[in-house]
Amino acid sequence: MRLDLESLGLEEGADILLRRALRRLAPAESLEVVGNHPELRLHLRAWARTMGVAADFTAPHTHRLTPNAAGLPTERAGAAPPEGVVESPPRHWGLAARGAAVERGSAGFDFGLVDKLEIWSDDAARLYARAAAAQWDPQTAIDWHQPVAHDDDIETAVVQVMTYLIENETAALLVPARFAATIHPHFREVLQLLAIQAADEARHMEVFTRRALLRHTAPGVSTSGGQASLKTLVTEPDFAIASFLLSVMGEGSFLVLLDFLAREGPDPITRDICRLAAQDEARHVAFGLSHLRRHAAQDATLRPRLAMAMQRRHAELMHTSGLNELVFEALTVIAAGGFEPAMIAGGHAKIMRLQTDMDLARQGSLIRLGFGEAEARALSSLHTRNFM
Amino acid sequence: MTDRIILGAVAYDPKVVTIWEGFKDFFQVQGLAFDYVLYSNYESQVRGHWGGQCNIAWNSPLAWVEAERLATRHGRRAHAIAMRDTDRDLASVVVVRKGAGIDSIAGLKGKRIATGAEDSPQATLIPLEVLAAEGLLPGRDFELIRYDIGLGKHGDHVGGERDAAKALMAGSADACCILDANRLLFAREGTLPTGVTKVLAETGLFDHCNFTIFDDAPQALIHRFTELLLAMRFDDPAVRPLLELEGLKQWLPGRASGYALLNSAVDRAGGLDHFLPS
Repeated sequence: MRLDLESLGLEEGADILLRRALRRLAPAESLEVVGNHPELRLHLRAWARTMGVAADFTAPHTHRLTPNAAGLPTERAGAAPPEGVVESPPRHWGLAARGAAVERGSAGFDFGLVDKLEIWSDDAARLYARAAAAQWDPQTAIDWHQPVAHDDDIETAVVQVMTYLIENETAALLVPARFAATIHPHFREVLQLLAIQAADEARHMEVFTRRALLRHTAPGVSTSGGQASLKTLVTEPDFAIASFLLSVMGEGSFLVLLDFLAREGPDPITRDICRLAAQDEARHVAFGLSHLRRHAAQDATLRPRLAMAMQRRHAELMHTSGLNELVFEALTVIAAGGFEPAMIAGGHAKIMRLQTDMDLARQGSLIRLGFGEAEARALSSLHTRNFM
Repeated sequence: MTDRIILGAVAYDPKVVTIWEGFKDFFQVQGLAFDYVLYSNYESQVRGHWGGQCNIAWNSPLAWVEAERLATRHGRRAHAIAMRDTDRDLASVVVVRKGAGIDSIAGLKGKRIATGAEDSPQATLIPLEVLAAEGLLPGRDFELIRYDIGLGKHGDHVGGERDAAKALMAGSADACCILDANRLLFAREGTLPTGVTKVLAETGLFDHCNFTIFDDAPQALIHRFTELLLAMRFDDPAVRPLLELEGLKQWLPGRASGYALLNSAVDRAGGLDHFLPS
């Protein structure tokens, strides 16, 4: 093959043409390079030396380059479309785009999650696209000037619930963020989904904080029982179990709670932020269910492991107070809308119904994961009294 | 010390520790007992090697010439057992500004010539040897502006060459001496654009670093070391980062034939005693 560089020098891009030509050579073929840049031979010699290319300058005007036989072999990292995902991508594919030609000799990464079975969902791409399209701007999606007219006792209840929501959303950010950092990027759609899930939670933290501080100068109380419950989530090392406890059980319960607050919140801002947050949480639950159903269909040991995880967490949290009285009281006050005994009774009944609705939602999810009705009922009753 | 390889290397950059720690791990996995010692300059390394502190030295071209002459002085032999593919057939160039009216080496008479460090083979010793062969001597025929960055490290630090190139561009020098690869590097990064400068002269080809042993080195260990080194492959994930750090694609057998220009330069400077006073 012959390459005429004309007056182009290696300092101004001739190496692009050289590499392109070298890639196209047949095995054992040489590249004849000509050109009239005054320093072509000098530059070619220096360049070829560092590229591992043999250079022959014995002919007067034609320089002959022969790639080192060692070359740089590459291998395809699966194929670009979702159907090209492989079961266990090797760690040395690293951060390469799926389907890229990866040079051998690339450094391996210590990804912890490398099995399609554990993390993949055929829904991931669709859910990611939906999430990307549904991102909302906390500044403009909510009219922060809407009136908050209720008395301060009700506001105190709202602030306490917001305080509780903030720490739960923080846990819901940390869990996907932690696993995102350990998933093999070959599973790009899942990684993107977890990242946008973390971004959703970041927005939730923002709007709940902003709502808490709308009239008060500080958030309410953070209880040790609530944090103990969340700690078991944040520190759970197994992706399937963490995803089950957080997305299916926790966020599934939370979805019902946010819907409740979107209806019963005492002011339009509270109702709006809970409605927007609930839309996001629904996607998180959908992904959790989707990949766990796929996993359970291929791995008969998964369901027993999930059941054991619920029992273990229940045993771990038995000594804690679960949903703290302050949050329970605050939710009741919000549902009551006032402090007349009859109003409190009405509020209390609504919270009882809320808990039943959460229980039914969890049972529904468990049944969708393949658990029997009786088992679903039993397992749901073990769910943390903190809701998340 | 006959039970393991102890390699001497000069710490011209913090990455040197990373490189030799990596090689240590590699050789240990291969079952070769290997350790290394670092020196702050090549002269200490040559003396340490001669004194038995190490049994292989990763030598600059000048350190090789020093080691070879030291051995010869004592009736012994030094051998270059391996080198990088990038250590073979280098050249240096003398660069001038276009339009400065300097069109031949003779035109450098009375001018200011910027070079790298005094002990840099590529940026000082070899180019000045080429000028001397043409009858131009520093101090007598031209003013020498030396950028003595990293003395003792034999020009491994590119800073001296970069300063020489900058001096040419700033007009405080009329010519600069640099390695061919740095001509390309400095042109690419804009330090020394080809549009306004030109290569006035090019030296003959010369070789750069090599692994040096003296004739009393433990033969079986050296054989195994060389065998493992030459078998290292650029597409092996375990060794590729080390090869990239050390700047090569492939290790090649050592050769002593590429140091003639430097030997002439050393002779002209006063021989071994000039660089390695006894």
